Amino acid sequence: MGNFLQQLINGVTLGSIYGLIAIGYTMVFGIIGMVNFAHGDVFMLSAFIALIFYLALTQMFGVLSLPLAFILVLLGAMVFTGLWNWAIERVAYRPLRGSFRLAPLISAIGMSIFLSNFVQVVQGPRNKPTPPLFTDLIKVEVGGYDVTLSYKQIMIVSVTALLLAGFWFLVQKTSLGRAQRACEQDRKMAALLGVDVNRTISMTFVIGAMLAAVAGTLYMVYYGVVNFADGAAPGLKAFTAAVFGGIGSLQGAVIGGLIIGLVEVFFSAYFSSDYKDVAPYAILIVTLIFMPSGLLGRPEVEKV
Amino acid sequence: MSATLLALRGVETCYGNIIALRGVDIDVNEGEIVALIGANGAGKSTLMMTISGDPRARRGSITFAGRDITKTPTHEIARLGIAQSPEGRRIFARMSVLENLQMGAAVCGSGHFVEDVERMFAIFPRLKERAQQRGGTLSGGEQQMLAIARALMSRPRLLMLDEPSLGLAPLIVKLIFDVIADLNKTQGLTVFLVEQNAHHALRLAHRAYVLVNGAVAMQGAGRELLERPEIRAAYLEGGQ
Repeated sequence: MGNFLQQLINGVTLGSIYGLIAIGYTMVFGIIGMVNFAHGDVFMLSAFIALIFYLALTQMFGVLSLPLAFILVLLGAMVFTGLWNWAIERVAYRPLRGSFRLAPLISAIGMSIFLSNFVQVVQGPRNKPTPPLFTDLIKVEVGGYDVTLSYKQIMIVSVTALLLAGFWFLVQKTSLGRAQRACEQDRKMAALLGVDVNRTISMTFVIGAMLAAVAGTLYMVYYGVVNFADGAAPGLKAFTAAVFGGIGSLQGAVIGGLIIGLVEVFFSAYFSSDYKDVAPYAILIVTLIFMPSGLLGRPEVEKV
Repeated sequence: MSATLLALRGVETCYGNIIALRGVDIDVNEGEIVALIGANGAGKSTLMMTISGDPRARRGSITFAGRDITKTPTHEIARLGIAQSPEGRRIFARMSVLENLQMGAAVCGSGHFVEDVERMFAIFPRLKERAQQRGGTLSGGEQQMLAIARALMSRPRLLMLDEPSLGLAPLIVKLIFDVIADLNKTQGLTVFLVEQNAHHALRLAHRAYVLVNGAVAMQGAGRELLERPEIRAAYLEGGQ
């Protein structure tokens, strides 16, 4: 029981991070029908941006209060990663809009390779350790088993929840969110109503990147180390989460992220940690056989 | 005669190698209802979309309120005050009726949103009952009402309607045409209307154009065209 509770906590923490990344995949897919394969590397890049911000703030500017530093790091990573993704869309995807469907996909793969290599060159190939943050633990004994809940985990889950609430509000209640949903359903009609479609697509990339930046910052804090290759595995798992939840569905991305996180953690706790990466993909395959459009996805039906 | 609001001169539009419009000249004056009739495939909807800049005219010019909009992006054309209820209505199926109306008001901000929504609900009380329902769940007639209301939400200077009567019961067609006539009469709204239902359209319109194979074949006052034998034969009695 105690072990189960412990794994549940770990799984939800990991799942939160996957969920935040998955939203970026699902939003971009929803609005332009493209799988943004560079998104995982945007996430990795954001973790580096966060690290640089953290070091600059604490070493150069002497910010001593950890919560304050953390909030500034979060904001800085969000802004800069948003700018990066904005530029990436302008350079690599927008010129290819209207060309055949595979072209932006190839471009995204190229961008993914560029980003990881770029970070490798400018930051070096070695792991970058990050200073331990939020190291306090809460220990509770449940059924003879010490369940630890770290401040990190509390922080990760609560930041994620707060952000998702804000994000939900943005999509459902603001004019930008409405424009986004309109473009997702019918870009031509949205333009006829005066919506600047290109700008809306740019904003989608910026928002997706900002959520990835939060994930990147939390990832850096959680694991205490960042590496240029860190985009691949979490990126792929978040993509899996988006497909699993039903690509194009925002709730699906979050639920998919949580499930993938939980499956991964439980599998490594109860079966084998060597095969922990196999479990999420196996579940994905089985789900897609029976529910081809994912948990909450819409079946592809042409409008009449 | 009042001022020209919209003027098309020698407009030519192509889809790849297929020429859809061959040098169309059309004028819509302030305060007028102008109808464009023609058979399937004559280029009526293409003409409407060309005015909105999607697809773009390959040749010729389009002027709106004295400004050349031939190369203006679609969303900016909308912001200048041209609202369109396009072919197939294009209701946002996964948005509520109210959100669809909000999208219609995207151009003019939210300053008089509440007031405008009330106005739409007064014109189409059915939409009020359905306000929270998803657009995709509405009937064809309700979707048409919503498409027109959404176009009106931007307080346009020119309302363009593509086949507002398509697939609707006669009673609803009458309701919609009455609404258009009323908006024109009471508020001086300029309307450019594409119709296959020539009978209704010609009775409603002050002036009309007949489009054949992408070119204007005839023009004149609506009632006058209605009397012409060749129009009667081709568009009014042909199907009967």
